[in-house]
Amino acid sequence: MTAVMGTPMKRKEDPKLLTGEGKFVDDIHVHGELWMGMVRSTMAHAKINAIDTAEAAGMPGVHSVFTGTQLQEMGLWAAPLPCAWPVTEDMLNPPHFPTASEVVHHVGDIVAVVLADSRYRAADAAEMVVVDYEPLPAVASIEDAIAGEKLAHAGLGTNKAFHWPLIPDPDALEAAFANATHVVKGEFVQQRLIPAAMEPRGVLAIPSPAGGDITLYTSTQVPHILKVMLAATTGISESKLRIIAPAVGGGFGAKLNVNPDESLAVTLANKLSRPVRWTETRSEAAFSTHQGRGQKQTMEIAADENGKILGVRAHIDADMGAYMMLITPGVPLLGSFLYTGVYDVPAFGFTCDGYFTNLTPTDAYRGAGRPEASYAIERVMDMLSYEVGVTPEEIRRRNYLAGGGEFENLEVASTLVFDSGNYSPNLDMALDMAKMAELRAEQQRRRDAGDKKQLGIGLCTYVEICGLAPSRALAGLNYGAGGWEAGTVRLLPTGKVEVVSGSTPHGQGHETAWSQIVADKLGIDPADITVLHSDTAISPLGMDTYGSRSLAVGGVAIAMACDKVIDKARLIAAHQLEANPDDLDFEAGRFGVKGSPDKGLLIQEIAFGAFTAHNLPDGMEPNLNEQMIFDPPNFAFPFGTHVAVVEVDEDTGETELIDYIAIDDCGNHVNPLIIEGQVHGGIVQGVAQALYEGAEYDAEGNCKNPSLMDYLVPSPTEVPNIQTGYTYTPSTSNPLGVKGVGEAGTIGSAAAVINAICDALRPHGITDMSMPATPMKVWKAINSADSTANNGGGQ
Amino acid sequence: MQVETTVNGKAMSADVEPRTLLVHYLRDELELTGTNVGCDTSSCGACTVHIDGESVKSCTMLAAQARGAEITTIEGMASADGTLHPMQAAFMECHGLQCGYCTPGMVMAASSLLKENPNPTEQEVREGLEGNLCRCTGYHNIVKSVLTAAGGA
Repeated sequence: MTAVMGTPMKRKEDPKLLTGEGKFVDDIHVHGELWMGMVRSTMAHAKINAIDTAEAAGMPGVHSVFTGTQLQEMGLWAAPLPCAWPVTEDMLNPPHFPTASEVVHHVGDIVAVVLADSRYRAADAAEMVVVDYEPLPAVASIEDAIAGEKLAHAGLGTNKAFHWPLIPDPDALEAAFANATHVVKGEFVQQRLIPAAMEPRGVLAIPSPAGGDITLYTSTQVPHILKVMLAATTGISESKLRIIAPAVGGGFGAKLNVNPDESLAVTLANKLSRPVRWTETRSEAAFSTHQGRGQKQTMEIAADENGKILGVRAHIDADMGAYMMLITPGVPLLGSFLYTGVYDVPAFGFTCDGYFTNLTPTDAYRGAGRPEASYAIERVMDMLSYEVGVTPEEIRRRNYLAGGGEFENLEVASTLVFDSGNYSPNLDMALDMAKMAELRAEQQRRRDAGDKKQLGIGLCTYVEICGLAPSRALAGLNYGAGGWEAGTVRLLPTGKVEVVSGSTPHGQGHETAWSQIVADKLGIDPADITVLHSDTAISPLGMDTYGSRSLAVGGVAIAMACDKVIDKARLIAAHQLEANPDDLDFEAGRFGVKGSPDKGLLIQEIAFGAFTAHNLPDGMEPNLNEQMIFDPPNFAFPFGTHVAVVEVDEDTGETELIDYIAIDDCGNHVNPLIIEGQVHGGIVQGVAQALYEGAEYDAEGNCKNPSLMDYLVPSPTEVPNIQTGYTYTPSTSNPLGVKGVGEAGTIGSAAAVINAICDALRPHGITDMSMPATPMKVWKAINSADSTANNGGGQ
Repeated sequence: MQVETTVNGKAMSADVEPRTLLVHYLRDELELTGTNVGCDTSSCGACTVHIDGESVKSCTMLAAQARGAEITTIEGMASADGTLHPMQAAFMECHGLQCGYCTPGMVMAASSLLKENPNPTEQEVREGLEGNLCRCTGYHNIVKSVLTAAGGA
């Protein structure tokens, strides 16, 4: 059989999803189910004086109505919802229960729950619950939080949740800035983003008729983590909980949490002995699902006269929102190590202050901390290039780690060890594909001609940290779990293979990619391989999918389980062929005796022999069924160069992205088709942050654009085709040499686009543009810069 | 009220509240759950079906308005023997889907687009699918799928 690793195999997942047979949570129904209707706070911060549920309770089809206080008194919860990442010993973490009892802390906090026999009736009844609020001052922005005049949680006495420093050598950092010829400072805002996976979240909790077991279907990325956390917070034994993530319609980090609705469904189903369900509406999602980003960054870079970096200093103020959810405070820290980018930085310092606001909680969103870091360093690198008077590509070349050449296991200023890199060839390929010289000539032509549409070219050379994660490294960050992943490979008596994956897909194509890995290892047709996943009863061990970890940790675990299968099969083959194990070659699924080409056994034959156990070596366990739990020795560090080409209409301020070139390096490839898809989608999510998206809040803490009418998820007309290319620098962190790619596009693209806009607007003296770069914002910047120039040149 | 329709060639009937949206009639009453709901403002197109040959977002109309109509949903696109519709096959060929949630609506909207314009340009495909949102693919491979289906038609 020819190799299938590295080939663009069509996806096994597709036929079901293309024909409507894929089952998402809302597609699954059971007899007797009750729909939850959530009564959500309409105020960002208020005391609950009273709740009148009488009218709602009397409506047709309504089973019951519970206020937050009643639910609390029913003793449904053993502990508040979890935060698994208390980043410092003294981090403030006010209790967050699934429903609010006395005080609401953000618009959307659940104050009461209706249970009814249909989705319409649950929604009707929820609207009839009357809540008497006494408004409290709302912390409606991170600026409010820092000012501290209003408190998001009155009892805390402060809005600051934690201070986290990473300054390996403070004296060196101070000296770097003192000795610098150039110091460039950028202040950036990472606006809040609504993740907007196309499938809204949903839950269905089903109590078993006997035994007190609960099965929870939920639209989640993390069934295994959820199981542990629900057990710990509800007091229901782990062994009585089964979590199933059926088809999951996108996640992007937004389904990496332990949500109030999940806890409510499980505990109410348990209490009422009825199936309980809920499906988020899209406009509800701005309040019921966490948001991403929400940071203010101050970024400084010190360089010598040639633009060689001497030091980098970053400070961020991070908006936690109203509560610490599963990894809320850890998100900015995931980025902390990347504020030095792909550069050789002698001295580094990073500090982060986390603040509570009365807004929807923030948490992981595609890239989680790394897009923010990449944006900050790549924006200031462009600023530095102007300051020094060299091109953006030249300033980067002067500062690449290892002089831009190939390296392995290199310790960088942020104390991490980068597994591998080779940056210059990657940049060269991007400049070639973009035809940079021609673009610059065209740009100059338009400038000289005073063209209405000016051209801008933006560069970003990113590195990211993925393959989460070495468990010991997580311990150092005070994260409350490990970073290993489990994989099982089981040869069945029929010669087919069952693979059990701990990592849980939601669009990434695990069934296809894992089949390719196993097919390649065992020499078995991918069609004979079935990948099982996303059900804790079938796959009891797993750490799930986030942080671009599935392949670099979970796929590797499966490859290593295959190796264990092969090792055992070799002993059986040697025994049955009466040969020395070392005298056997394993090729294309067959163990053959060296020098005797006719003497051999197929691995399927060995599998059957291992099943019957009639003729195994003495003391050997029957069956070929091997599990590997892989804890990676290091993270993986993919990198790449992205080039955005924009046209800015100087009359209207509209930016059109006319070309996008992405050269990514994620080590060795398993399925180039899937990689390409991940790159495309990731890039568009970063482009969306740069140009279109942002959750907007008024002074009272109301989200002004919660629906897809107002929140501008890009449509097909707003993005161009994307040109992709790859360099291949294998990771040293795992035996497959692979790196993650799910978040890379997002990590590279926002900076590339904004660098391009600033490049287009350079003749106006404009050096920065905040995100999203809406036509109004760009138009105002041009006009204000021009009127300043006309009035005497920026005095 | 009783709503009778023909869905994917079969006579269907269900007793629903007058306010029931067509998409909920299809999903909750007829158990044709391939048609998805991605928003509540008719912005995303995940619920696109064909009504009397035209593509319609099934969240924008009441079931009652579809009385007597011929409706095709994603479940009705492949042949009875399981052969994929050319648009479905093109999406598989070009990796035009990832999580698959927007896919039924995309396939319905795209097949309707090609009926109106059998040889669209890339820009015409993008404009024709403007009412359908996808969060996974960045649209690149969706556009490629539709152009591939057009070439093969």
